[in-house]
Amino acid sequence: MLSTDNDILKAAEDWRKNGRAVALATVVETWGSAPRPVGSNLVIDQDGNFLGSVSGGCVEGAVVTEALDVIESGKPKMLEFGVADETAWKVGLSCGGTIRVFVEKVE
Amino acid sequence: MKLDILAALNAEREARRAAIVVTDVESGRQRLVKSADIAKDPLRPQLAEHLRTSKSGMEATAEGKVFLTVYVPAPQLVIIGAVHISQALAPIGKLVGYDVTIVDPRTAFASPERFPDVKVIAQWPDQALPPLNVDRYTAFVALTHDPKIDDPALLHALARDCFYIGALGSRKTHARRVERLKAQGVSDAAIARIAAPIGLDIGAVSPAEIAVAIMAQITERLREEVDAEPAPIKAAS
Repeated sequence: MLSTDNDILKAAEDWRKNGRAVALATVVETWGSAPRPVGSNLVIDQDGNFLGSVSGGCVEGAVVTEALDVIESGKPKMLEFGVADETAWKVGLSCGGTIRVFVEKVE
Repeated sequence: MKLDILAALNAEREARRAAIVVTDVESGRQRLVKSADIAKDPLRPQLAEHLRTSKSGMEATAEGKVFLTVYVPAPQLVIIGAVHISQALAPIGKLVGYDVTIVDPRTAFASPERFPDVKVIAQWPDQALPPLNVDRYTAFVALTHDPKIDDPALLHALARDCFYIGALGSRKTHARRVERLKAQGVSDAAIARIAAPIGLDIGAVSPAEIAVAIMAQITERLREEVDAEPAPIKAAS
């Protein structure tokens, strides 16, 4: 089922209350054409389950991987993705934009 | 994010109240500002502006670089008339992310068989509408063609500053409606806010196509309003 912003935040709360380790990713800045607006959320649990999106599916995999680190360390991270990024060949945005994503643990 | 902030945020969203999460992106420190508390917050001007445009964003402040995540209520779609078009419009509205409610006092129309999985209220608008908290995050659509049902509903919507108000009917039907509403004291400016004939002009013919045209027009209105502060227009009541 398609999830709405309400569902995503509710899931973050429910997952945490059920004892799962959870991270929340938020698009905080975009340049050029970006697939999801600033403020978009992605919630991730310790097993890599996720709900929501921060891009059109281009970088979610990488964000989930980084989120697992954040869950482990408890320290928030700022991620940047775009064509200028050195890892662009791997997880860049095909639309040519750049996005910054803030990833934090729900504790 | 602390779990208690997240839970408080979800409670605000549940109650259809706007809230802003302020995050210091260096330290990760965070706080929740409910819309009612913005006036007494140190970041009041920035918070008020972000709430007005419903846009999240980065701000350089005396507190350092902060990210403001703006959470406005999920838009709701109130449909007057449990008619054929509503059978298509309700699921489309739901898919687009709206909380959908249908109001129709005619119980033969407003049956659960015709509207599985949709909130249907089989009451007259004057009873059904006040508890729905029709607000500026509401799209309001009158589809019965019946002045006894549509007119009082439209008066309610105009008084509540809905971001979209549409009414089904030909130009002729709408002209008669305009006369009736004017006789009730509604201003020209308020009447101009009613989209009629309803929906974007895409040549829609079938009920489902008309529903698509309506949803497209609602979306257009929702997104264009972001940068312009609409003048509050109240219907005379």
